[in-house]
Amino acid sequence: MRNSVVTSIKKIALKDKNVMLLSADMGFSVFEDFEKELPKQFLNVGISEANMVGVSAGMALSGKRCFLYTFAPFVSMRCFEQIRIDLCYQNLDVVLIGLGGGLTYAKEGSTHQSVEDIAIMRAIPNMKVFCPADPIEAEICIVEAYKKKGPTYIRIGKSGEPRLHDKKPKFSFGKSIHIFKGNDISIFSTGNMLKTAMDTAKILKDKGISVNLISMPSVKPIDYKAISFAASKTKCIFTIEEHSIVGGFGSAVLEALSKLSIMARIKCFGVNDCFVKYVGDQDFVRRKIGLDSDSISNKILKKLGI
Amino acid sequence: MKNKINKLTFTSMEVRKKILELITKSKSSHIGCAYSLVDILIVLFYEILNVNKIKSVSPDRDRFVLSKGHACVALYVILSKLGFFNKKILNTYYSNNGRLAGHPVFGSVPGIEASTGSLGHGLSIAAGMALSAKLDNKKYSVYTIIGDGECDEGSIWEAALFATHHKLNNLTVILDKNGFQGYGRTSDVLSLEPLRRKWEAFNWNVKEIDGHNILQIYNSLANIKSKKPLLIIAKTVHCKGIPFMEDSLMWHYRSPKEDEFKKALCNFGDKIK
Ligand SMILES: Cc1ncc(C[n+]2csc(CCOP(=O)(O)OP(=O)(O)O)c2C)c(N)n1
Repeated sequence: MRNSVVTSIKKIALKDKNVMLLSADMGFSVFEDFEKELPKQFLNVGISEANMVGVSAGMALSGKRCFLYTFAPFVSMRCFEQIRIDLCYQNLDVVLIGLGGGLTYAKEGSTHQSVEDIAIMRAIPNMKVFCPADPIEAEICIVEAYKKKGPTYIRIGKSGEPRLHDKKPKFSFGKSIHIFKGNDISIFSTGNMLKTAMDTAKILKDKGISVNLISMPSVKPIDYKAISFAASKTKCIFTIEEHSIVGGFGSAVLEALSKLSIMARIKCFGVNDCFVKYVGDQDFVRRKIGLDSDSISNKILKKLGI
Repeated sequence: MKNKINKLTFTSMEVRKKILELITKSKSSHIGCAYSLVDILIVLFYEILNVNKIKSVSPDRDRFVLSKGHACVALYVILSKLGFFNKKILNTYYSNNGRLAGHPVFGSVPGIEASTGSLGHGLSIAAGMALSAKLDNKKYSVYTIIGDGECDEGSIWEAALFATHHKLNNLTVILDKNGFQGYGRTSDVLSLEPLRRKWEAFNWNVKEIDGHNILQIYNSLANIKSKKPLLIIAKTVHCKGIPFMEDSLMWHYRSPKEDEFKKALCNFGDKIK
């Protein structure tokens, strides 16, 4: 995802001289080409995330379009108030890119895990929140963020994730991407859980359950239509995210149901309200906390009484 | 003294070798960042800190906080050598179902006094510990190691102001000046110089030493008497100890491949276990 993000920003930056890529001392062996080709449009501010956000606000107020890049927890949590006031209060055109969302860097400990970022970013007025699932979704998110303006948070993984879409899906802010059609239950997945959600749907299909599977990179604004369709046409909605169950994507779906005054059966899968203390790689930790396709499909079957 | 230095030098070789093995096996990053502070850590833990009190978690223990948490593999190796936890646990470093993450986690093993890894936190935590010692009339000292790049963070300078205002002369900060940070040389990314004069202007007592000279490290840390907090600027070399890997940012990120590992091992000879 990282490479497709950098390539997409570069494409935009080549056409628009006001586009700047700012890093808080990250991107070794990733940004060198960009820096060489567009030296005036690249800036490493140093290990100073709060300063980076403030500087980007000043630049936005002076006509620049900044893309900010560092680890997800540092770009969202370290400088939360700068984001809230400098960027969102003033509704400025700044895009935050959070590398290693969720448990991507599980092995590094909780400092490098990012399972509260969606919740806090989502809570700020004017902020848009995107969690792409694969390199193609990531590319679309970057282009959308540039086109639609305003403060935007894009939560990505690392590098080397597989492409999950055969061809470029149709997607824009507030919309979602249909993966499988089905009429028994609905699964909504955001960001890097899509592969797990697809595997879950396949397991369920083998058990005779047909799944309406939706990828929802746009967490805010969220796709009300897809939610109301799922609530009316399928028995039950399940949400999957690599994020705390407090305030994240599942909560956004619940809020949408509340706003639409729809009663629905829904269950949210995510990280429980605790720090993940297991040491291990992303897949290992996912299995430990029940965020893998086997655990999720078992729980869904149980919930359906099968 | 000479004997002592020889012994500590030998220990530092053993620690470096173990770090190399752990990093290679677990394919983790930060070998260069760990090697630059090994000698400082060794003097601290073998000569300066009241290690037995730390082990027994006595309220009178000295406190050590590794602010540049990404170098924690060095701390893990030393803690294990000193018997804080056993070798089996050490060997689970950065592996599935292990106890030791890539950054220090408070409570994961004895001896880790704070969760660090997000840069710019450790100095404030250390200042809070030092202030508490004053409030409680306790004699313990507090030590922390920060990186030069870490000094980009505003929080470092907030804590620097705080520490002198509150006369925390029981606080010692060692600045591991290896000249690198995440994306390049510190001098290219964000100039810190004149570093000494900055800290002096913040009213700190400042010393400058060679961060790989055991005697200089020891002399800078032993018998500290001052009314002010102390900053030791330790000039270090990234990945010091393996010549072909020294002073190159690549070793912030990469772990050695098999042939590089073998080549690196040659530095240690047969005597180092
Ligand atoms: C708040 C924060 N921002 C970014 C990082 C990512 N990061 C880890 S180490 C590092 C460079 C640190 O440089 P320095 O303090 O000089 O220590 P060295 O690597 O030289 O040992 C960076 C940017 C981080 N861990 N925490």
